[in-house]
Amino acid sequence: MTLSADTDAKLQSYAHPARLVTTQWLEDNLGAPGLVVLESNEDVLLFHTGHIPGAQKIDWHLDLNDPTTRDYISPEGFAAMCAARGISRDTTVVIYGDNFNWWASYALWVFSLFGHEDVRLVDGGRAKWVAEGRAMTTDVEPVTPSEYPIVPRDDATIRAFKEDVLAHIGNGPLVDVRSPGEFSGELLHMPDYPQEGAQRGGHVPTAKSVPWKRAANDDGSFKSADELRAIYGDEQGLQDGDEVITYCRIGERSSHTWFVLTHLLGFENVRNYDGSWVEWGNAVRVPIEKPSA
Amino acid sequence: MSTTLPPRLQAIVDEFAEVDRTERLDLLLEYSRDLPDLPERLQGVELERVHECQTPLFVQTELEGDAVHLFFAAPDEAPTSKGFAGIIHAGLDGCTVDEILSTPSDFASGMGLADVVSPLRMRSVGAILARVKRQLMERTAS
Repeated sequence: MTLSADTDAKLQSYAHPARLVTTQWLEDNLGAPGLVVLESNEDVLLFHTGHIPGAQKIDWHLDLNDPTTRDYISPEGFAAMCAARGISRDTTVVIYGDNFNWWASYALWVFSLFGHEDVRLVDGGRAKWVAEGRAMTTDVEPVTPSEYPIVPRDDATIRAFKEDVLAHIGNGPLVDVRSPGEFSGELLHMPDYPQEGAQRGGHVPTAKSVPWKRAANDDGSFKSADELRAIYGDEQGLQDGDEVITYCRIGERSSHTWFVLTHLLGFENVRNYDGSWVEWGNAVRVPIEKPSA
Repeated sequence: MSTTLPPRLQAIVDEFAEVDRTERLDLLLEYSRDLPDLPERLQGVELERVHECQTPLFVQTELEGDAVHLFFAAPDEAPTSKGFAGIIHAGLDGCTVDEILSTPSDFASGMGLADVVSPLRMRSVGAILARVKRQLMERTAS
């Protein structure tokens, strides 16, 4: 069974309001049967310093990525990961995280690769919950494992590969959500972040720079539907029916923009290129645009 | 260079290696909590940032006679970086320059932490030590 959607007024202005919940809705529904809350962070230890009561941890690197191949977990791996957390196919999964919900968006996107029907983000994530003084705990409650079916991963609908991006150049909008310095090629990585090994700087030819942060308020919540339409529609010229590909450095920030375009603005053909710059900037003979070059 | 670790650091490595995965995370959290705050005289001073860490961490070394003192700053929202710094502080603060320079940068590989924090993130432990060593080499060269 799934829980009813949050009827908060702000959420109703979005294309798919049921994909978001407010911190208040989450507080009101904690412990409800059929709800599993997941925390997905950049810092792997942050969950253990305190988390929303009843929430379970999910780590992008340890739980969602295959340990050997550079890919996501298999259908069997996904089923086992869900079952261990008490998630069934019809469970309402609500995800929140640190750092503007980057990794929460990423986790939601991975759940969507496996077609999990009801998966939602907490608007504002961990930071907003904490700022509002809501309950946190270090207690980890025992989980009754569930059964989760083995379902195929759909890598075609919302995921783009390097070859897709190559074919997309000149044929559809590419949205580069990295910082301006990464887009221009002056930086090979996020400002103040570790080098993650791209040999070349710049961006995919024809990509437009729309840093992910433009979609977020300072408290971590998403901007209003009108504000988002002004950025991606009026300013960037994205139109209904456009096939859009988003990318960043390793696919987490572009999951955030993927969520905005798909679920807040209702674009139907948005794919996230998870290989992103760490793949593109190391690939042999792919075209790169670099203004200073 | 010798590959034996200073005794306190060796004890910490052993401590981690002996416990299971869940306890390892708890231990890392303890080291993160035990990391001393930056002394007042260093607050507001621009310290070297360890860019290899996923979350902000800053490091400063000082010499007092033969003993090296290590200072770290990291926000509370970055407990993993704080935990790594806490291990290095607990294991190496007060050691001599030579003892620290001869500590292998991969000392943490035997701690079993890669299983619980991911190998990617473990790189920052070596990076913290590498930056400590570089600061000490610069200090002792002048």
